[in-house]
Amino acid sequence: MAGTAVRGRLTWQVATVGEVIDETPTVRTIELDVPDWAGHRAGQHLDVRLTAEDGYVAERSYSIASAPGEQVAITVQRIADGEVSPYLTTELRRGDQLELRGPVGGYFVWDAGGAVSPLVLVAGGSGIVPLRSILRHRQRSSSMVPARLLYSARSLPEVIYHDELGGYGAVAVTCTLTRRQPPGWAGHAGRVTPAMLAEVAWPTRQDPLAFVCGPTSFTEYAADGLVALGYPPHRVKTERFGGTGGP
Amino acid sequence: MPAFGRLSRGKDLDGMSHASRGFHGRRRDPEGAEGRVPPGQYVTEDFPVLSAGPTPRTALDQWTFTVGQPGGAARSWTWQEMRALPSETVTADIHCVTRWSKLDTQWQAVSLDTLLAQVEHDAAYVLAYCDGGYTTNLPLEDLTGGQAWLAFGYDGEPLDPEHGGPARLLVPHLYFWKSAKWVRGLRLLDSGEPGFWETYGYHMYGDPWREQRYAGD
Amino acid sequence: MDALDARALDGNAIAGLLHEVFGTEMTPAIGTCASCGATGPLAECVVYLRAPGTVVRCRRCTGLLIVIVRVREMNCVDLRGLAALATG
Repeated sequence: MAGTAVRGRLTWQVATVGEVIDETPTVRTIELDVPDWAGHRAGQHLDVRLTAEDGYVAERSYSIASAPGEQVAITVQRIADGEVSPYLTTELRRGDQLELRGPVGGYFVWDAGGAVSPLVLVAGGSGIVPLRSILRHRQRSSSMVPARLLYSARSLPEVIYHDELGGYGAVAVTCTLTRRQPPGWAGHAGRVTPAMLAEVAWPTRQDPLAFVCGPTSFTEYAADGLVALGYPPHRVKTERFGGTGGP
Repeated sequence: MPAFGRLSRGKDLDGMSHASRGFHGRRRDPEGAEGRVPPGQYVTEDFPVLSAGPTPRTALDQWTFTVGQPGGAARSWTWQEMRALPSETVTADIHCVTRWSKLDTQWQAVSLDTLLAQVEHDAAYVLAYCDGGYTTNLPLEDLTGGQAWLAFGYDGEPLDPEHGGPARLLVPHLYFWKSAKWVRGLRLLDSGEPGFWETYGYHMYGDPWREQRYAGD
Repeated sequence: MDALDARALDGNAIAGLLHEVFGTEMTPAIGTCASCGATGPLAECVVYLRAPGTVVRCRRCTGLLIVIVRVREMNCVDLRGLAALATG
């Protein structure tokens, strides 16, 4: 009964935690074993539900970090005074179970099949997670779509998927560190500016498609900036996370 | 999805009730809280901010508070006039319908008895209205007899906009959605009229001790 | 943007809830605001989750579009703020 893959029906399923990977001191990727997983699209997310022994329930949403075809994984950033993220990033371990619902999301998604528009990906903090799914999917599909990433993080140790981001074929990655830069840092410093956006934005005559994700204020600033460069609003897809945990 | 925890009562529609090892949530049920926590609530140390819309920002020189009966007497106070009224420090336990309770909160406030005494009326019900469009309804008798205040300070500081500043209602014996943030006035009425959350399924009265969360409870 | 509005999310955050209510993925569905006539995907609407209910507002005029309250394990959905809602 639970989790049967009836088309169109979204149910809560029990998933088992597989490997956990610490990406940064405060960010962990959690691989999940989901029976009856019907697959997902790059950019989608999961709703996660945790129940305590006394019946207390908390629910949160997390973007899927893996590409379609890979094992389902979420990447969670620990919020200092959070209720759920400290548990997921420090206590949860292989073999534990949680409930999830998904994949969900039909707007902030990118499918490699049939894609031709150049991609502009703009991430603030943990907003990199769904964009990483898109980049992995692009790579695994051997897509020829040009892609550029602008990633804003607080400091180098807080850059999630650091080594991986440098390794995608033909993806120009521009990084800005907003609070601390290491000695000899050759990337940008400070918050995203119109000039940085102009650097990564494909010319509008190429009909590019932008995905912007991160804390609400970051996402709105960056999306407005792309629109100011001439991007039609419907070609700038946005996903806003809660106000904390960003650059 | 709800951003607050809830205590599930048995099984939900999916028939699931699956505990995750080691998950407790953030709540505390401290010593000495016996008898102070209504059914279905948990005690929190923080002061969660709830909102259903953008935060209004009303300058104090624009702020007024009005108590009136449609077609009848009305009285308005400016900020200075309100602050010149006798005020007091109120210590109260507050209970949010989203299940958190916070004990011993401290407010600086003017009693609604003081304000209501200055308006002639024969109404039995009130609709509180606020900047941003929020409303909530209460029986008038729940706003009198030292049960309710217009609060302008919290913990010795001016009330933060995110917690309802410049001023909010404080009616601690009812669920905290009745303690309307950014309140600008009270409309005195002959019959009860549902406010914002009441219109969408919440209880018209909202007594946490009888767990009156939803219409029909 | 002030700190409180920085907590506002968008329709992506309620993709699962909307799917539960409508039986299908709704974030790309185009809504028309009954207050100001603005149109756009539900994914782009302003969503407040930290409340006794889920509140969806128009990005242009902040008018109420959708309110969902979970009452005794049932979703009570008010769509009166939408003049229209078109899928696919």
